[in-house]
Order: sequence, then structure tokens, then C-alpha cells
Amino acid sequence: MKILVPVKRVVDYNVKVRPNTDGSDVDIANVKMSINPFCEIAVEEAIRLKEKGKADEVVVVSIGTTKAQEQLRSSMALGADRAILVECDEALEPLIVAKLLHKIVEKEAPGLVIMGKQSIDGDNNQTGQMLAALANLPQGTFASEVKIEEGTVAVTREIDGGLETLKLQLPAIVTTDLRLNEPRYAALPNIMKAKKKPLEVIPVGELGVDVSARTKILSVSAPEERKAGIKVSDVAELVEKLKNEAKVIS
Amino acid sequence: MSVLVVAEHDNQNLKPATLHTLAAAQLIDADVHVLVAGCDCKSVADSASQASGVTKVLLADNSGLEHQLAEAVAPLISELADSYSHVLACATTTGKNILPRAAALKDCQPLSDVIAIDSESTFKRPIYAGNVIATVSSSDPIKFLTIRGTAFDAVGAEGGNAAVEDIATTAEQNLSAFDSQELATSDRPELTAARIVVSGGRGVQSSDNFQLLYQLADKLDAAVGASRAAVDAGFVPNDMQVGQTGKVVAPELYIAIGISGAIQHLAGMKDSKVIVAINKDEEAPIFQVADYGLVADLFDVVPQLIEQL
Repeated sequence: MKILVPVKRVVDYNVKVRPNTDGSDVDIANVKMSINPFCEIAVEEAIRLKEKGKADEVVVVSIGTTKAQEQLRSSMALGADRAILVECDEALEPLIVAKLLHKIVEKEAPGLVIMGKQSIDGDNNQTGQMLAALANLPQGTFASEVKIEEGTVAVTREIDGGLETLKLQLPAIVTTDLRLNEPRYAALPNIMKAKKKPLEVIPVGELGVDVSARTKILSVSAPEERKAGIKVSDVAELVEKLKNEAKVIS
Repeated sequence: MSVLVVAEHDNQNLKPATLHTLAAAQLIDADVHVLVAGCDCKSVADSASQASGVTKVLLADNSGLEHQLAEAVAPLISELADSYSHVLACATTTGKNILPRAAALKDCQPLSDVIAIDSESTFKRPIYAGNVIATVSSSDPIKFLTIRGTAFDAVGAEGGNAAVEDIATTAEQNLSAFDSQELATSDRPELTAARIVVSGGRGVQSSDNFQLLYQLADKLDAAVGASRAAVDAGFVPNDMQVGQTGKVVAPELYIAIGISGAIQHLAGMKDSKVIVAINKDEEAPIFQVADYGLVADLFDVVPQLIEQL
């Protein structure tokens, strides 16, 4: 079985981004970029399934600028076999990303697609669900456990009240939650080997998808800053303040 | 045109998140319909019909909808969507699972975690873990939105008198099936709806020590939350996690105990009215957002706090 893993290049999770001065967009010039943490978990899970003999090929795909090749190379250094970059200069909406991924799914015919549940820049949590809809495949979102069985995959999902396990017919789309696994680090020899693995570049125009946006960011702003509070010296003072100043307890 | 709100429920009770989503819906249009999709869920439809401002309840009661699997519910929503200008769901795990699938079936780009309605086509939503608020306009004919409950005051659960209309659906699909579930049980208020939240982090050190937080919570009639560090360390189950990747809460009082205050945690609680931080590290970032900070060992001060309340 082939596993397809979509990955995204995003601002590193340690960077605190700010709106640029005219409020037109987020200032991400010269900030550190990384693979989206949820995508990294997806890559790890695909590699583990291959190591268990449940899959024979792991293909990573990214949609973005030519710089996204870095994230594809690092995914291959972790163990992915080959990579596809759908090259595009502008940031695309989840629906369009899902449509482009649908084209790749049609072409590659994977038995399973594993991807992150959300990217930490747009915080949309949509692409996997939309890809599943377009391809008419079942979805196992927010997965904390994935078990491949004969013709099906059992996915344990993190839901608001606890956990839920679903059985999905393969092929299926799975999106990863943080607790699915702990991604490995790439060893230097693997980083060197990854440079020789195949990376196919497809210009976005070749896939025949209308990439015009339905939504438009009119402005961005910083959230309201909280005022700095005070330090209290002991529990008695804390209780007194909560009762008489903040009036949140009685 | 009217607005459709997808009800959040467990086949017996309407979840409070729905009342918050209804408040957002009423800011768009006065004609608000509620879809209750489930199995043996008539009582949910009755509750929804009594919610303030609801004009009609659509009840899709079918065994194929029992677990609200996205593969069954999304086609139903997309079929109904043509009669509506907006389709809203709660930004819960259920809403996030289903709504994007329904939107894609209608070739529409949804908007997630909406925190403000500026107009019928302009909305505000947080991006980059809540560090940036984006004002976004949508040109889609049907706007699919998930609503962040804590950003809207709930409508009244009583006072409405909407008609309940049964809608026929087969809900048949063979893509997915429910297998089992494991729900955490608790007598405390629900985390996202609680007036007071007591949260513990890595500093609590063990699952046993969380008992201390439960005692404090019981004193305050509070819900108990946790940081990702506490969940990852196995102190508490993951449905207690507050943060960008967990639940978003905005209670009147949030007490962070042994939590450093990483960006991803702050994204889930920084809209709380009053924040109290108890941490022995004076430099912990949580103190930058706390209204009242107490630099002390939690094992000394939490028992004192329980005693003095």
C-alpha cells in the first residue's frame, strides 16, 4: 500500500508573529520556517506503518513556493521515499489545497492519506475533511491511534468528551492529533541520502484547478493586550483580592 | 435568507455550545433554524425549539445518524444548505469534523473559529495561535462558519416556541462505522461552559497530585483543565487540555497552577476575565497575563487556598 502525506511549510511554532505596521497582513519576512508540527506527526506515522510492513511506499507532497522543497527534503530524511511539490507562489485557501490534493490522490491512488489536523498559521482545521469530501473517502480526524487491518483502518479520535474509535474503509483520509506519536530526528547520513531521493515539481497551473480565492483578508490586528496584573504576597491576600476587588468569588 | 445552525448534542441533551452558536446566528439574521441530526433525539429537538429566537427545528432522526459520523451528516447538511445564506456549527470537535466536509460538498470555503460577526459576509477569526486577529470577507454564496462559543453570550434556553419538522433521510453510507468510545466521566461543570476553571500543568508533577486541584475545584464549583505538558505526562486525560490544540475557555476566573504559560496554552485561555497564576518560577510567562500572581510552591499554597475559601 502507498501512503500519501501532505506537508506544509509554516512559521516555526516558537516564533511569535505580529501584524505588519499597516495591518494588511502578518509580518513573516525573515522569520524561521519549519514543517508544521502536525504534518511532522503525519510523516512519522506513515514511516512507522512502513516499518511495520503495513505500507510499501511513503510519498510526501507539499503545495507552496520552491522553498517548500526544504520541508520535503527533511520529510525524506525522516524516511519518506519520494516527494512531489506543487509549485505555487501565493498562499492558497484550504478548499483549493484540498482540490489540488484531490488531483494528486487521483494520480497516485494511495491506500491511505495521513495529514495534520491543522496548520499552526491559518488554524483552519479543514483541509483533510474537505479532501475526504471531494474524493468521497471516509475521514478519521484528530487521530491519536491508527491501526491498519484487512481493507480497513481503525482510527481512535480525540473528541471533546474523551476518545472514539471508528472503522474506515480503505482508502481513507486520516488527520493527526498531537498525541499520535513522537516524531524522530533525522540522522546526518539520512539527510545526505534524502538529497538523492526523487522530488518531482509540478507547476500548479498543470493540475487544472481554479486557484482564485473566495475569501479575502481585509485586515489583521493584534489581539487586545491584557493589562499587567499585580503580585500578591500570600494566599490570604489573594483570597481577599478575588472576593473584594475582582469579585469573582463570594 | 435564513441561517441554519447545526445542533451539538449527545442524542439526549442539547449542549450549551449550541446556545452560544445561536447567539452568533441571530447577529446575522432573525430567521434561525436548527438542525438536530441523530438517533432517538426528539428530546434534543424539543430543547432546541424552546431556545430563545429559534424559528424552526429540523429533526433528522435516523439510526444512521446515531454517532454523527461526518460521512452521514455532511451530505445531509449540504443538501439543506441551498435554502440558507449561512450554515453555522459550534467550533467543537464535532463541528470541526463535519462542517468543512459539508462545505466542500457545496464547493464553499468555510471559516473556522469565528469570534465576531461584522456583517453578513465579514467575520473576525484568530490565526497564529491567537496572536493575530484577521478580519475576513467571504464571497461564497453560502457561508459555512464554525463559531467559537466563548466569544458569544449564550441565548436563553427557554422562551422560544419553534415548530419541530421531521425531515426524512436515509443517512446510508458504507465508508465508515462507529466502533467504540471511551468518555471521561465527571460531576464537575463542563470545561468550556464553567464559570471558574482550575488548571494544572507540569508543576503539579503527578496524577495523584491533581487530587489537590480537584479539591480546590469542588470548593469553587469549578471545572478542571490542564496544560498540554500535564496531558502529555499522563497526569490527566486529553479532553481536559486547554490551548490551541485543545479547548478554548473564557471563564470569569481562570486559576493556572504550575503552568508556565506557553503560547499554545495562552491561546486557549487568555480571554478569561480574571487570571490567577500560582507558580514558583517568578519568570514564568504566565505572570505577564495574570491579574493576580502568587510566586510560591503550589504544594504549600493550594492547601491553604482550599482552607481559606
